[in-house]
Amino acid sequence: MAKITASVYTSHVPAIGTAIDLGKTQEPYWQPVFQGYDFSKQWMKDNQPDVIFLVYNDHATAFSLDLIPTFAIGTAAEFQPADEGWGPRPVPKVIGHPELASHIAQSVIQQDFDLTIVNKMDVDHGLTVPLSLMCGQPQAWPCPVIPFAVNVVQYPVPSGQRCFALGQAIRKAVESFDQDLNVQIWGTGGMSHQLQGPRAGLINREWDNAWLDKLIADPKAAAAVPHIDYVREAGSEGIELVMWLIARGAMADVAGGPAPKLAHRFYHVPASNTAVGHLILENQ
Amino acid sequence: MALDKPYKDVPGTTIFDAEQSRKGYWLNQFCMSLMKAENREKFKANERAYLDEWAMSEEQKQAVLDRDLNRCIALGGNIYFLAKIGATDGKSFQQMAGSMTGMTEEEYRDMMIKGGRSAEGNRYLGEDGDAQPRHQPQGKAHEPQQAAAGKKVN
Repeated sequence: MAKITASVYTSHVPAIGTAIDLGKTQEPYWQPVFQGYDFSKQWMKDNQPDVIFLVYNDHATAFSLDLIPTFAIGTAAEFQPADEGWGPRPVPKVIGHPELASHIAQSVIQQDFDLTIVNKMDVDHGLTVPLSLMCGQPQAWPCPVIPFAVNVVQYPVPSGQRCFALGQAIRKAVESFDQDLNVQIWGTGGMSHQLQGPRAGLINREWDNAWLDKLIADPKAAAAVPHIDYVREAGSEGIELVMWLIARGAMADVAGGPAPKLAHRFYHVPASNTAVGHLILENQ
Repeated sequence: MALDKPYKDVPGTTIFDAEQSRKGYWLNQFCMSLMKAENREKFKANERAYLDEWAMSEEQKQAVLDRDLNRCIALGGNIYFLAKIGATDGKSFQQMAGSMTGMTEEEYRDMMIKGGRSAEGNRYLGEDGDAQPRHQPQGKAHEPQQAAAGKKVN
C-alpha cells in the first residue's frame, strides 16, 4: 500500500528561482535564504520518495480568468515548466504519476471534494521553485510529481478548514492505492507578503512564527484561522498559507496516529517581497 | 442580503474578489496575452494600438499606458496578471510592488531588508500606519518623477 511518510512546507518566491537560475545563491543577499535549505537537500537525498504530491498555486499562468478551478489535480504523464513572461525556467520537465493521480482524483471526489482533473498543463514557479529548493539543480527531478493547484488568486479562496479536511481525504486516497509507494506531500506558498497597493511589503514575523507553532502542534487551531486574519496580519498574498493545511491534514496524527517529528524549521526575511518559511515533518 | 466583505477596511489593500474580477476581465486577459513573445513585440511597437484591440475601458487603457499599477488594481487588475506587463518592461516583482507605495526602488528594497513593513497601524482603516490613505504617497519616488516631467515640458 502507498503511504505518506513526510510533509514538506516552503515558500515559493519567484525571485528565489531566478537567483538559482542565474547562479546568485552565494551572494550576501541570498546566502542566508539558501543556507536554510542545506539541511533539506541532504534530507531529500536520505529520504527519497517515490512520488511527491505537490500542493501549489498557479499565478495566472496555466489558468487565466477563463477558468478558475478551486482545486485542480494534474493527471498528465508530464508537465512543462511554463514561460511566465520571462521565458521558461531552465529546469527539468516534471514527470507525473498518472496512475496514482487518477486514483487520488477518484477517491477524493468520492469523499465529496469536487476536484478539477487536468490532463494538460504547464507548471509555473509555484511548483518548480520548491523542487529547486529541495533538490538543487539536477538533470532530472528525483521522482514523479503530482501537481495539485489551488486557487488563491481570486477571492474567495478555499478556507483553511476545507483545505485541512481535503488533506485528510488525500491521505485516505493514498493509503488505498495498492502499489507500495513512499509518498511525500508538500504544501507551498506564503509566508507573510503583500504584493499590491500602498501596503505592499507587509511582513509579520511574530504572526508567521505563531502560525508555524500552531501548524506543527495544533493544526486544527491553525485550520480554524479565518481568511480575514491572513489578509490583515500576513498580507493579501499571505493567504497562500492555506495550502500548507492540505499537506498538514494528510499527516498521520490528524487521523489518530502519533505526532510527527519536526525534522527541520527555518524562517527568514526577506526574499524579494516575502517572508520565507520552511518546515519538514516526518510521520513516526 | 449583502455578502460579507470584511476585507474592505484593510488600508492600502484591494482584494481581488469576484466583483473586481468581473470589472477587470479584459484588462487581465490583455495582460495574459503578453505571455506570448509575439504579442509582447506587438504591444511594445505600438501600445495604444495594441490596447485598442481589447474591450477595455478607456480608464483601464490609460492606467496601463501610465504604468499606474494602483489604478490598474482599482479598475479590476490583479497583480499576478499585471506582472506580465512588468515582465514585458523587464521589471521584477519587487520593482512592481515597490512602485505602488510611492517609494523609490532603493527605499523599498531597504524597507524589505530591514524586515518589511510593520503590520502595526496597518490592520484597519483609520489607524496611523504608513499604509493609511492619509500617508500616501510614501517615500521620494514622486519627487524626482515630477522634476523629470517638468524638464520635458521645458
